[in-house]
Amino acid sequence: MAMRRDDFPILQEKNRNKPIIYFDSASSAQKPRQVVEAIADFYYRGYANIHRGIYELSERSSELYENTRARVRQFINARHAEEIVFVRSTTEGINLIAQAYGRSHWQAGDEVIVSEMEHHSNIVPWYLLKEQMGIKLKIIPVTDEGTLDLEAYQKLFSSRTKLVAVTHASNVLGTINPIKEITAAAHAHSVPVLVDGAQAAPHMPVDVQDLDCDFYLFSGHKLYGPSGVGVLYGKKTYLDAMPPYHGGGGMIETVSFSKIHFAKTPHKFEAGTPDIAGVIGLQAAIDYVHGIGMEAIFAHEQLLLAYAQPALAAIPGLRLMGTAPHKVGVISFVMEHIHPHDLGTVLDHEGIAVRAGHHCAQPLMERFGVPATVRVSFGLYNHQQEIDKLVEAIQLAKRLFS
Amino acid sequence: MSLRELYQEIIVDHGKQPRNLGQLADATHSQTGHNPLCGDRLTLYLVTRGEQIEDVRFEGSGCAISVASASLMTEVIKGKTISEVEALFHQFHVLVTEGKADEAELGKLAVFSGVAEFPIRVKCATLAWHTLRAALLNEMNPISTE
Repeated sequence: MAMRRDDFPILQEKNRNKPIIYFDSASSAQKPRQVVEAIADFYYRGYANIHRGIYELSERSSELYENTRARVRQFINARHAEEIVFVRSTTEGINLIAQAYGRSHWQAGDEVIVSEMEHHSNIVPWYLLKEQMGIKLKIIPVTDEGTLDLEAYQKLFSSRTKLVAVTHASNVLGTINPIKEITAAAHAHSVPVLVDGAQAAPHMPVDVQDLDCDFYLFSGHKLYGPSGVGVLYGKKTYLDAMPPYHGGGGMIETVSFSKIHFAKTPHKFEAGTPDIAGVIGLQAAIDYVHGIGMEAIFAHEQLLLAYAQPALAAIPGLRLMGTAPHKVGVISFVMEHIHPHDLGTVLDHEGIAVRAGHHCAQPLMERFGVPATVRVSFGLYNHQQEIDKLVEAIQLAKRLFS
Repeated sequence: MSLRELYQEIIVDHGKQPRNLGQLADATHSQTGHNPLCGDRLTLYLVTRGEQIEDVRFEGSGCAISVASASLMTEVIKGKTISEVEALFHQFHVLVTEGKADEAELGKLAVFSGVAEFPIRVKCATLAWHTLRAALLNEMNPISTE
């Protein structure tokens, strides 16, 4: 896997004059040459707007765009390509479901179950619906090791439960949630399940039919693709039953001032000219990770995790947050006597890019009683020696603040 | 720049053992400052007589830079007039954003010069000062939240 580093020219750059060690892929992954070149090539040789031109170039562009839909279908094993909607990001996808599905199907007093480990992007869209239409949020608690309390989850269902919205993998704890179990329980109550796959899809094989979730979302930029493009998967029956989200061109069949016929799924959710090059770049990113193999990427990052977690835990004064048995390559921790931001600055000075803060998961920070953590997250380009450097840099910080 | 230049001994020392920690029962002004980006929070208590700051204390939590900055600020401003403090804040702001300022005027506050190389940390260094300014302005500004 280490030889893949050559695909990422940015890894030759410096950070504060030191070779960069990029441990922030959970925030956004770096881009391989293959993705950058696919986007450049498309702009240089294949660009035109989609769906509308009566000329060959536009036909080619449209075909590439729709091919990506088919490619995404394959990547997450959806049943139909029409179940793939291109959005800007996971965040936009969740907002789309809240506004298009939630607002048309729910009433005041209806309930959405979310978990305590959600990113703000899977909390705020539901909170907005609480404000807009009086729905209620029910919260699945998180255990001390950072797993979902499934017993408590089972008890949250009521006759008013309309949706379960949970993350596939936590952006702070790394925990991989047992989605099949979660969907089975929800479906037993005839409740659909939305899965935030932003932290899972780039790091492990995803099969939406096997998970049996009703909605699944992920972002291109965490999958070594461009920012500005994301994927919303929805079971066709749900998407068909939803009104459009944004209105505009591309999402209609006919328009008059008295009557509008909307396009079918998925086009009715894609108003306006989309991020065409972003979608092409997403296809290149999927081709790239598929070429390596999602199992191989998962195995590589599991090795890094298995190496890093005990190495970090062995540092006196360091406390890991999130020690679930099944994790993606995300490690959060706090240090005795060193604030996460000071540690983040020391690591930055040593060339190491990490996150320090609340990671857009303030309820989870509150749950663990910390204002912030340092977060290290892996991508396919990371290797063991970088973890050794991280441990050394933390030792340096300890000396500095002793 | 070395890490020691950013985290000078005096910053580490004040970060670990802040001076003037606590409340003032007879405070004429108090104000809470919050940096939502990193969760740093501090509350400042002041006793002023006329133009002069007679006493100041603070409580709160945050990174070494924000706590040390608050601690050193309380040491430096005690006994100064409000207009002297305003001038000092201006100098301090130039220091942490540009890395150089009138060291004679700033005295031990000059230890924060390294912050300028880490723009994301400027807010840590200035939180206490912004809070101070808000505290002092409150009296003149009756429509504030206080």
